Parts: sequence; C-alpha cells; structure tokens
Amino acid sequence: MAALRTISFDGVIVGGGGAGLRASLQMAQSGFKTAVISKVFPTRSHTVSAQGGITCAIASSDPDDDWRWHMYDTVKGADYIGDQDAIEYMCSVGPEAIYELEHMGLPFSRTEEGRIYQRPFGGQSKNYGKGGQAARTCAAADRTGHALLHTLYQGNIKNQTVFLNEWYATDLVKNQDGAVVGVIAICIETGETVYVKSKATVLATGGAGRIYASTTNAHINTGDGIGMALRAGFPVQDIEMWQFHPTGIAGAGTLVTEGCRGEGGYLINKDGERFMERYAPNAKDLAGRDVVARSMVKEILEGRGCGPNGDYVYLKLDHLGEEVLESRLPGICELSRTFAHVDPTKEPVPVVPTCHYMMGGIPTNVHGQALNVDQNGEDAIIPGLYACGEVACVSVHGANRLGGNSLLDLVVFGRASGLFIEKALREGIELRDASETDLEQAMSRLDKVNNSSGGEKAGDLRKELQNTMQNYFGVFRNGPLMQQGIVKLADLRARIENAELSDKSMVFNTARIEVLELQNLLEVAEATAITAEERKESRGAHARDDFDSRDDENWLCHSVYFAPDKRVSKRGVNFEPKTVETFQPTIRSY
Amino acid sequence: MLQVSIYRYNPETDAEPYMQDVQVDTGGKDLMVLDVMELIKAEDATVVYRRSCREGVCGSDGVNMNGINGLACVTPLSKAVRKNKLVLRPLPGLPVIRDLVVDMSLFYAQYEKVQPYLQNHTPAPAIERLQTPEEREKLDGLYECILCACCSTACPSFWWNPERFIGPAGLLQAYRFLADTRDTATEERLARLDDPFSVFRCHGIQNCVNVCPKGLNPTRAIGHIRSMLLSRAT
Amino acid sequence: MVTPVTSLGRSGLYDWFVQRASAVILLAYFLFVGWTLVCGVDYEAWDALFSQTWMRVFSLLALVSLCAHAWVGLWAVFTDYLTERMLGAAGNALRLLAEAVSAIIMFTYFVWGIQILWGL
Repeated sequence: MAALRTISFDGVIVGGGGAGLRASLQMAQSGFKTAVISKVFPTRSHTVSAQGGITCAIASSDPDDDWRWHMYDTVKGADYIGDQDAIEYMCSVGPEAIYELEHMGLPFSRTEEGRIYQRPFGGQSKNYGKGGQAARTCAAADRTGHALLHTLYQGNIKNQTVFLNEWYATDLVKNQDGAVVGVIAICIETGETVYVKSKATVLATGGAGRIYASTTNAHINTGDGIGMALRAGFPVQDIEMWQFHPTGIAGAGTLVTEGCRGEGGYLINKDGERFMERYAPNAKDLAGRDVVARSMVKEILEGRGCGPNGDYVYLKLDHLGEEVLESRLPGICELSRTFAHVDPTKEPVPVVPTCHYMMGGIPTNVHGQALNVDQNGEDAIIPGLYACGEVACVSVHGANRLGGNSLLDLVVFGRASGLFIEKALREGIELRDASETDLEQAMSRLDKVNNSSGGEKAGDLRKELQNTMQNYFGVFRNGPLMQQGIVKLADLRARIENAELSDKSMVFNTARIEVLELQNLLEVAEATAITAEERKESRGAHARDDFDSRDDENWLCHSVYFAPDKRVSKRGVNFEPKTVETFQPTIRSY
Repeated sequence: MLQVSIYRYNPETDAEPYMQDVQVDTGGKDLMVLDVMELIKAEDATVVYRRSCREGVCGSDGVNMNGINGLACVTPLSKAVRKNKLVLRPLPGLPVIRDLVVDMSLFYAQYEKVQPYLQNHTPAPAIERLQTPEEREKLDGLYECILCACCSTACPSFWWNPERFIGPAGLLQAYRFLADTRDTATEERLARLDDPFSVFRCHGIQNCVNVCPKGLNPTRAIGHIRSMLLSRAT
Repeated sequence: MVTPVTSLGRSGLYDWFVQRASAVILLAYFLFVGWTLVCGVDYEAWDALFSQTWMRVFSLLALVSLCAHAWVGLWAVFTDYLTERMLGAAGNALRLLAEAVSAIIMFTYFVWGIQILWGL
C-alpha cells in the first residue's frame, strides 16, 4: 500500500450540516484543533432545506409555555419508543440553545413584542395534551434551516474552524482495541486519499432519504455515516422508522413545510372535503405526520385522490390571503410556482406523502457517544466515536418525529457532543495508534472500488434500489411483500458491490463518489428492510397491514441491527427522566 | 431531441477545454436544466458538476446557461433554451477545476473578508435580544443569499479584480450585518470597507440583480453601504 | 483592506465623492461656456469674459476638476485592465507606465491652462 498522508486533529467532525457545525463550533470555541470534513461546501448541506422552524418552549407566543409540555408531545409523537431521558434533555436545554443561536445572529422572525416568532406545528399541545393546540415552533419565515445553517457556518468562520470542504469520508479507522481513531477521506478536488486522525470522531452525516425513489431529501443524503458505522461492525437502532412527510410536491418531491398547515392551510380530497377531520377530529391537519401521511394514502387508495390519476391530494392555502403567504411562507410560494406550476395564493398545491426523515440511526447517549450492544445486551460505549443529528438515534424521535424537532435535535445534541468532547479532551484522551493493518482494513472498500472493472452503471443500480424501497417498504408495509423486497436487495448487494467505475481519474471525480455513496445507500436500505420485516407491529411511522396495531408487550423497545450477521436484537427504551414523572404509554390519538 | 453543448475540461487528459455536443431526449417535457445534466451524466459518468438540494436553496449548481448565470435545478428548459439549443458553461471569471466545476476560493475569501457574523460587544440577555418586526424586516432581501456565486461571477468588476473587489454576494452580506440592529460593529465594518476597491469598484452595472436566482438586489445593498460611508464621513 | 498609493484620495469614498463633485462642476462649466457660445460671442466679449477674476477662478476650478475626474476614471480603468491578472507580470509595469504618462499629460495641461488663464 502506498504511504498514506496523515493529518491530525483533536476532533474531527464528518458532516457540515447543522449538527456537525454546532459540534465543531463548540469545540473550536474552546480552542481545540477542530476540523470539519464536508463533501459539499457546508452551507450546501441539507439542513439548508429545513423550512418551518425549530420547536422549543421559549414562551414567546404563550408566556405560560412549559418545556415539559413539549416533552409530553415528543414522547407521544414518538409513539413511546423515544428515550425519555434524552427527550427531557432536549426539551429542557432547548431554550438555551435557541438563545445562543439568536445571539449569534440567526434572523428569526419577530412578534410585536420583539421576541422570536413561534408558529403552530403538528402534534403540539398545551398542558400535556389537555390545553389545545400550542404554537411552539420558532421560525425565520419559512427559511429557518437556511438561516440556521448560515449562522452556524458564520460562527465557525469567526472561531476559525478548519474546513476540509469537498472532502469525502469513506470509512472509519478502527485500532486494535476497537476504538475509532479517525477516518479515511478523499479530497475530491485532487483525488488524494488521506488518513484524518483524531482523538474524537463525530459522525454528523445526516440522513439517507435517497434510498427512496420519492424523497424530499437532497442528492447528497446517502447515509454515509450509517454505511461507515455498519461496515465497522457497529449497530444502528430503529432504522426501520422512516418518516413520510405529508406534503411533498407531487411529482417533484420537494417539500412544502408543515408550517403551511400551522398557519391555517389544510388538505382536501377530490370532493373538496377536509378529510383530516375524519381521521383526527381534534388536531385535524396538525396531527402527527405519520397519522396525516397514512390518512392521505388511504384517501388516495379509496379513490378520492385528485388529478387525472387520482394519485395526490391538495393542500389549500389561498384562503390565507396573499399577504400572509408572501410574508410568512415566501419560500413555499416560490417552490410551488417553480415545481408545481401553481400559484398558492390562487390554487391548491398538489401534494403526496414523501420520504423525509430517518428516525433511526447510530445509537448514542445524550453526550453523543456512540453505543454498541455487547453480548449480554448491555450498552457499551464505542471509544472515539460520536454521532449527532439525523445520523444519530439518541433517541428523541422514537417511531415518529414531530415537525420542528429535527433542528432542535441537531442543535442540542451537536452542542452536547461538542461540550462532552471538549471536557474529555481537557481530561486527556489516549487512544492507541492505528496500525498498518488497521489502515488497510479501512482502505479496503475504496481500494476495491478503485480497482474495479466491468459491472453495471451506478445510476441504474441506484434507481433499482430506490424503486425497491419505494414499492416494498413505503408508507404501508406487509410481511410477504417485505420478504420479497429483502430478496431483491440481497440480489442488488452483489451487483452494487461490483458497480462500474469506468472513470478512474483523480480530479473532481464525482463518479467515484457516487459509487461509494451507492454502497452506503445499500447498507441503509438493507438495514431498513430487515429490521422493518422483523418488527411485527405497527407503531409510529412503521405501519403494517398484517400487524396493524401497536404491540407494547413485545415491541415497546428499540430495534438494533448488526450488519455483519444481519441480526436484529432489542434494546430497552429509557423511561427514567431525571426531573419529571415518566410518561406512561397510552393509546395515541390526535 | 434537445441539442446540448457542454463545456468539457479534465486537466488530467485535456490540454485545453472544448465544447462537447450531446443530444438529449427530454420526452417533450419542460425539465429543469439539472434534470438534463443528470440525463447526460447517466450516459457519460465523466461529466462533472456540483448539485445537492435540487430545489434552489443550497446554491451548488450555479452554471452559465446560454450565456446567463443561474441555478440549473430551478431553471426550466423553457426559460433557458434558445432555438432548441442549450449551451452549458461553468460560471465565468473563476478558474475551472473540471467541466462545470469552478474553484470558488476567491469568492469565499471575499465573503469571509466582510466578517459575516454578528458582532455585539454588550452582554447578552438571558433570553433573545429583542428586535421589532420592522427592524427585522430590514434583513429581508439580504439574509436569503445562498452563496451560489451567480451574481459575483456575472460582475465585470469582480472578473477584473476578484482579489480586491468584494463582489455583490459579499457586499450583500456586509450590508446584512450593517443593517442588523443587533450588531454593534458598524463603525469597524465601515472603516474596513472604505478603500478604493472593496465597495467602490461597483459601477452599478446590475448584472448581479439580473441573475440572482433568489431575486435579491445586491446593487441596492451596495448603494446603502455607500450612503452609510458618506454619512459617516460628512 | 487594500489602499493603493496611486489612488487619488487613498479612500474609496473620497475618490467616489471627488468623481461626482468634479462631474457637477464640469457640467456647470461646460453648460455655461456652451450657453455663452450659443448666444453668440466675438473675440472682444470672449476676452472680456476671461479677463474677469471670477471667470478665471471658475475656469481653474473646472481644470482642476477635469484633472481629478480624469485621474480617478483612468486609474479605475488601468487597475481593471492593466493588471498582473490580465497581462501577467508585465501588467504592473504597464500600469505604472500608463499612470505616469497620464500624470505627465495632465500636469502639462494643468500648467498650460494656468499660463493661458492668467496670461503668464
């Protein structure tokens, strides 16, 4: 093996989205040599597409608001498999994290009192579900993710974080003790492969929505962190839980925020009926996303869909008036005109449930430390490895994430990871150096891709993978169909591992990156498929025709998937918050 | 069949850039330019460009389409194509790395020069700093910039002096912080802008305004900076 | 940031202001002179006009404005096109040469102008 250039840092963050930039900011502020590896320039990360806002009980719209109410909503929204200690941490620390962002310059929209504007979002309530709809989502118009990501990047510029922009991490480097001591990364511009050595490696690579054919996710959401973790022999948790956002623009897949319904928009079927009144009499269009998405699919399946093929429903917004739409939802107006060719101030927008968010991910504790599960079923901390944001499963979203909680998750746990690593670095981290064999092991996949010959086109294989996931593991699932899907994925594995890379050039070779990404997509897809088939119940976003109710006796737990032997095991959910009473599982209705 | 002429250059194999002609079957649909690029790449994986969100918010796929800068993902063929022909070139004025990918280091360096982060030397309150909706409204049309570089690479002043003229994108952000009532570094910011190049190379050509995919107006922001400099000095 | 020694006021705002103020003065001057010519003028009247102190001062002001205006404008053109970026290493030398030639021409016209106005 040719000598590999090594560059060393105290902390390396893989991923330049919201979670990664919040973690790096924390570490850079304390003066540690911190690097962010990002396959795109950081402000092009998918956080930039988040629209509606960041949910947090800052008591602006309602002075009596309480983070415990937010916690209750989140636990319920998660269909009770969210870890209550983590949810408690997120909801209680949230306000502090939001104020920090505001002090850093995030241009939040404002109320007449000059405070941060908050809008209603799905699944929000006052007084533990008894006080009606809450308005708890802090917003910067409908460009909150953009405002947040740019603010965080700006904070990192101020604190002189080192950015390895347009570098692509391929695999984790593990030492003989099983600790993670860095990553192998390619500088896309030159094609050089480098060992980026670090005392703390943070995966903040985001989601993998590109496993589905129809997704709101960016092209870059290919589950690179999940792929790296699984290949390194580490497990993923609740990976079968995929959120389908009710309002993706039909055909294009681009998202229109839940904030549309928060501001008063609602869904109608071809008869013009506001059908959510039937499915969720209280919350109506602001029920949990899983509930709304399923209701929409039912309407479509029962022949009440709109359009020539009856394959979508309408989101009605025109009654809100042009002024409200242009001031509160300007980005939505722009997207609707561009991608749906409708003017939302005049006509309804055609929408359909679209893959949006990965609730599962690398299991971590509230400090972002990645967890393994040992032979006795006990949690074991993986030395040197951390995860935060969508790639992680803390787990605050359980089986279904509430709108506005993803941005809070990434800010709170990006920050928490940074704080913990900062402390650990101060106390001193000693990890054994990676040996030549360890590096060879980490390089093996890349070497194989670089030396490949023949094989099928990556683009064709990707399409096939996405269609398989779409058709066999969509909003509604059933056993026999999923088993067929698993067989198809097994067939795809052999073909994807030998995918064609005809262009072996060094400079900005995106074909090479796409092959590596495709392999990560496959890892995520297969983990999803096998775990989904295994979880024999319906809970949150995981809805099965053949097991159509929740089974708390057997499945009030996390699923944990191990790639090497394609094994699914169970892990207990935390029901022990520190400062509040446990929220006991009850029937979940809106 | 759509005639596409695409700028190709791979420094490893090409002595100089050339234009490659490709026929693309659009199925008669009014695709976005990015969709066409994806179709081309599906056939020839060596074609290189940047892309990410495909909905006009990440700013990755700024390219020059039939002579006009824009985002490929939100530019429909009906808007870009002339006489059934689409000419795709990299953004002008920046060094080409490969095909449609340009080296944006100079562009980012100018952005960083304006210290694009809020500076406030007063102690932060326990909650957010208050700001009225009217004060916040001043940031509209400024904070939405996605750093796609369509504006700066359409600006002749930036072509000639990319090291010294901050360019429309950077100046828009400079004004975004000057206009923010929460920022207290106005004097320092203005002092850093008062040289003959940073701001004053803008000759009001307004190419930036014409091409901005987000409908922003950097020229107006530059005018505001000039007024602030003027009232500071008189 | 960069403050080149060859710029007129070594401040962007100053140059910008000079450019505009000189433009206003030149506009006023040429409108006045143009209007005088249009109204019809013979040698005696012309000579009488220019023997008045206020007209000599006005003309001198216009001359100074012309030089300043030309310097700021040409300097911007030279620093756009005659640069290392555009012409390689020779760019800097060419720009200095162009600036020197312009300066000499302007200075010559300026001195000549004073001679004419004050009949020295």
